[in-house]
Amino acid sequence: MKILFTAQGTGWDAKVDPRFGRCPWLVVVDSETNELTAVDNSDSSEEAHGAGPKTSRKVVELAPAVIITGNGPGGNAATVLEMLDAKIVTGAAGKTLKEAYEAFTAGTL
Amino acid sequence: MKIAIASGKGGTGKTTLSTNLAAYIAQTHPVVLADLDVEEPNSGLFLSGSPIATEDKFKMVPSWDAEKCIHCGNCQKVCNFNAIISLPKIVMVFEKLCHSCYACAELCPAKALTMVPEKIGTLKAYKQGNLHFVESRLDIGQEMAVPLIGQTESWLNDHFPDALLLLDSPPGTSCPVIEATKDVDFVILVTEPTPFGLHDLTLAVETMTTLKKEFGVVINRHRETGDIVEQYCEQNDIPVLACIADSRLVAELYSQGKMMYKSVPDMQQALDNIIRFLHLPGGRQ
Repeated sequence: MKILFTAQGTGWDAKVDPRFGRCPWLVVVDSETNELTAVDNSDSSEEAHGAGPKTSRKVVELAPAVIITGNGPGGNAATVLEMLDAKIVTGAAGKTLKEAYEAFTAGTL
Repeated sequence: MKIAIASGKGGTGKTTLSTNLAAYIAQTHPVVLADLDVEEPNSGLFLSGSPIATEDKFKMVPSWDAEKCIHCGNCQKVCNFNAIISLPKIVMVFEKLCHSCYACAELCPAKALTMVPEKIGTLKAYKQGNLHFVESRLDIGQEMAVPLIGQTESWLNDHFPDALLLLDSPPGTSCPVIEATKDVDFVILVTEPTPFGLHDLTLAVETMTTLKKEFGVVINRHRETGDIVEQYCEQNDIPVLACIADSRLVAELYSQGKMMYKSVPDMQQALDNIIRFLHLPGGRQ
């Protein structure tokens, strides 16, 4: 299963970014292998308008089963994400990816 | 002649000045007041009149034809505003983000996108004696004020080509203000003598200087001569057209939606000063 984080950095110690559309990194964890793949999202975070749809487009391509983020996607982004049927988990801002991942697998996030 | 009443900071008295100046001039001469603060028009709270026109206003947005689409993704690539997202099986259009540039539709190799009108707001015009009042209001949920402001200005140019036009502008210094002031002959910047008022006035002055506009300042809620705004204007050679004294009566009349020049001598004096400075008709000559 692929789990995607909106992240402020690329490794396990990076913090979950509270923002969806404007997070600088999208980090995907493969729960079978615990391997991380980081996708640069800085081009979206610098957009004047439409960062949400743009980031969502990338997320749809990465096709995760779960999205772990902070405040949750806005209206436009959520419309695109509906195509994906992924579970969206909010409220993880400020945790490291490791902490958020452990909390999610323990069912406490 | 076209005059914009603008400000850096919001809530400094643009509408108070616009409506009073318009109604004062209209006692003797024809004048048109347009509220271009389309996100929050409020001049209409202070004026009444008989409706003479109502027009829905539209912008053009792409509409996707699923059967013609070959899913090449070109529409998404050419959109500078992320208003169109091409997913593997579907193309999604975010009409509110669209700037109506037509790139996606014109450059679609399958002709799967056609431009269709979307309603963005409504223009209404009223008349009372010498005063024509025009107000445009953006629909709830619409994000872009500029197209509606532009269309309202075109409507004004078509219907009142030679009139004295007063434009109650949006606050701030961003695109809506640029759109509302781009064709005017003079900009009245309304401010208040507070640190916030001064800070945002300096931004508005920078904007109008960049746009090469002639402008002057009106100080509202004025308390003492030589305040920080007056000092700033003197140092920068900016004319202060008028000062309106801070008074409880003004606030009370405002809260009741009443005109002030009739019962506040200070307001009438301020309007006379502006009329004289700009060589406008009306007032006490």
